[in-house]
Amino acid sequence: MNTDHSEISDRALRRQRLLDRVFEAATVGSAGIVLVILTGIIISLFVGGWQAISTFGPAFLTTDEWNPVTERFGALVPIFGTLASSLIALLIAVPISFGIALFLTEVAPLWLRRPVGTAIELLAAIPSIIYGMWGLFVFAPILADHVQPWLQAQFGDIPVIGALFEGAPLGIGMLPAGIILGIMIIPFITAIMRDVFLTTPKFLKESAYGLGATQWEVVWNVVLPYTRIGAVGGIFLGLGRALGETMAVTFVIGNTHRLSMSLFAPGNSIASTLANEFTEAVGDVHTSSLIALGLVLFMITFIVLALAKLLLLSLETREGTKT
Amino acid sequence: MYKHIKQVAVAGAVALGLFGGLAHAATAINGAGATFPYPIYGKWAEAYKAKTNIGMNYQSIGSGGGIKQITAKTVDFGASDAPLTVEKLSEIGLIQFPMVMGGVVPVVNLEGVKPGELKLTGPVLADIYLGTISSWDDKAIAKLNPGVKLPKEKISVVSRADGSGTTFIFTHYLSKVSPAFKDKIGNNTSVSWPAGVGGKGNEGVASYVQRLKNSIGYVEYAYALQNKMTYAQMQNKAGKFVLPNSASFQAAAANADWAHTPGFNLMLTEQAGEKSWPITGATFILVYKKQDKPETAREVLKFFDWAYHHGDKMAEELDYIPMPANVVKLVEATWKKEIKDAKGGAVWTDALIQK
Repeated sequence: MNTDHSEISDRALRRQRLLDRVFEAATVGSAGIVLVILTGIIISLFVGGWQAISTFGPAFLTTDEWNPVTERFGALVPIFGTLASSLIALLIAVPISFGIALFLTEVAPLWLRRPVGTAIELLAAIPSIIYGMWGLFVFAPILADHVQPWLQAQFGDIPVIGALFEGAPLGIGMLPAGIILGIMIIPFITAIMRDVFLTTPKFLKESAYGLGATQWEVVWNVVLPYTRIGAVGGIFLGLGRALGETMAVTFVIGNTHRLSMSLFAPGNSIASTLANEFTEAVGDVHTSSLIALGLVLFMITFIVLALAKLLLLSLETREGTKT
Repeated sequence: MYKHIKQVAVAGAVALGLFGGLAHAATAINGAGATFPYPIYGKWAEAYKAKTNIGMNYQSIGSGGGIKQITAKTVDFGASDAPLTVEKLSEIGLIQFPMVMGGVVPVVNLEGVKPGELKLTGPVLADIYLGTISSWDDKAIAKLNPGVKLPKEKISVVSRADGSGTTFIFTHYLSKVSPAFKDKIGNNTSVSWPAGVGGKGNEGVASYVQRLKNSIGYVEYAYALQNKMTYAQMQNKAGKFVLPNSASFQAAAANADWAHTPGFNLMLTEQAGEKSWPITGATFILVYKKQDKPETAREVLKFFDWAYHHGDKMAEELDYIPMPANVVKLVEATWKKEIKDAKGGAVWTDALIQK
């Protein structure tokens, strides 16, 4: 009886050990696949872009010429367009997302929170090409006929700032691309901000209210300091999405390889250049330059994520010294 | 741990192999390349499958991709909007032949100007795209259009942003008629435009032109027609102004000197003939001269032969222009002469023609 019992449990143990190993292998495999894919992508981008990198050298990053006929390629215009459109998007999306998240967590009556929250999450589910088409067919004409002429009338004559609003009001260009991108990343930033705002312990907020703080003071002095890290993380997630967005930008950015200070001028981003030219790029140097552009985008995203991580780390350490 | 990863990898490879094998057996002919002819190739494939039960699988990945795939021999034929040079063809060991044509049409958005009313010449069009003619009341345009009221407004130039056969044909034409254009911009599937905005695809250009007042753009004929756009008349090589339509595209192809052009490396721009539309172009099919699998090659040629002889109506329904009969004859004679199996025997014979 006794020996039998130990035998069974031995067998069970062995089986469990085996299951454990299988489980371990599966998780290691899953994590490993990500690393393998990532390295694979970097290597193939590097190999594919090598011809461009070796032909143009570091000047590839600083040249604004992009001419498939003479096969002279430089990435400055797309890099500038990617960064500029994403910056405009952040300038628009961060304050609005902040406002929405605050409204949903602090101000809105309980019955309103769920429908508004769901509506914002639905925005995130819309495919980017729909944003692009809406931007081109609906938003751009409104912008061209009503908003851009007004902006030009208000700011066009002011030196320096006036240069930002130069050129024909086409309704497509850097500003519309930034606005569409901004609308697209609002739901991502909002969702994360709302979730982290909700993590603020009730007793902290109620203590502040008890001390006579206004709603704004509670948000600014209690909620934000408590959730700073998460909120910044949300912003960077939105930025990451804005940098790589392809279809929506392609529709409204104007797709022109020209460097311009004006917000109204058409430009180009890395992702939209790739989408536009990859299929019909026949020349070897052209294809290679496009792949090198992909590598540049990869680097930019990597740098942005690294900076975000550093920022979060510094925030954490400062928090440590304060409390 | 590494052992496990290895096992998983092997299992994965086996599964992929099985899958790949199955997928391969399911279709008879595989092709890849240009996006411009994709709708008509798809339509032909469907009709051909219904008739012969032989499927044709075409991936419209773009001309560049088509050339790469046929070079790597992953497909049975490649397709390109721009013809390859004779050197490039012989380097890879390919022959090419024109399959179907399209015309490129300048379209404008000018208040009060009706379709076909505005007249342009090649050099004037080139100067507009170079930015040297920047206003609609420019003397060069006014001289061509005495009866038309043109506004004193800036010309908004719209071009194709994505690489495309349309741009290839258009810039090929402008380079031919304007030395300055050839010098400053040149001929390619995408070029560096000095002025204006770029739309993605024909639909992008069409919508920009329809939205921007006093604009000019260029689209495939079908788009100009379907969107009821204001197209312009062009002056051809014979000095006559012609309207873009099926007859004027066909005239360009019929008047072209295919017989004396090695490798069919011919663009149909600025062809002779009083009725020829000057901005016409064909899209090309690429196959290997020496066939390791003559059976598959024969099926490929049979498909295109059938399309030449029975696909005209379908092509016209989609606003493509079928190749004229004299060109088809030349193409099939080339098949017979050039395409050989491993032992040097001809893959194509006249007996296979499906009249």
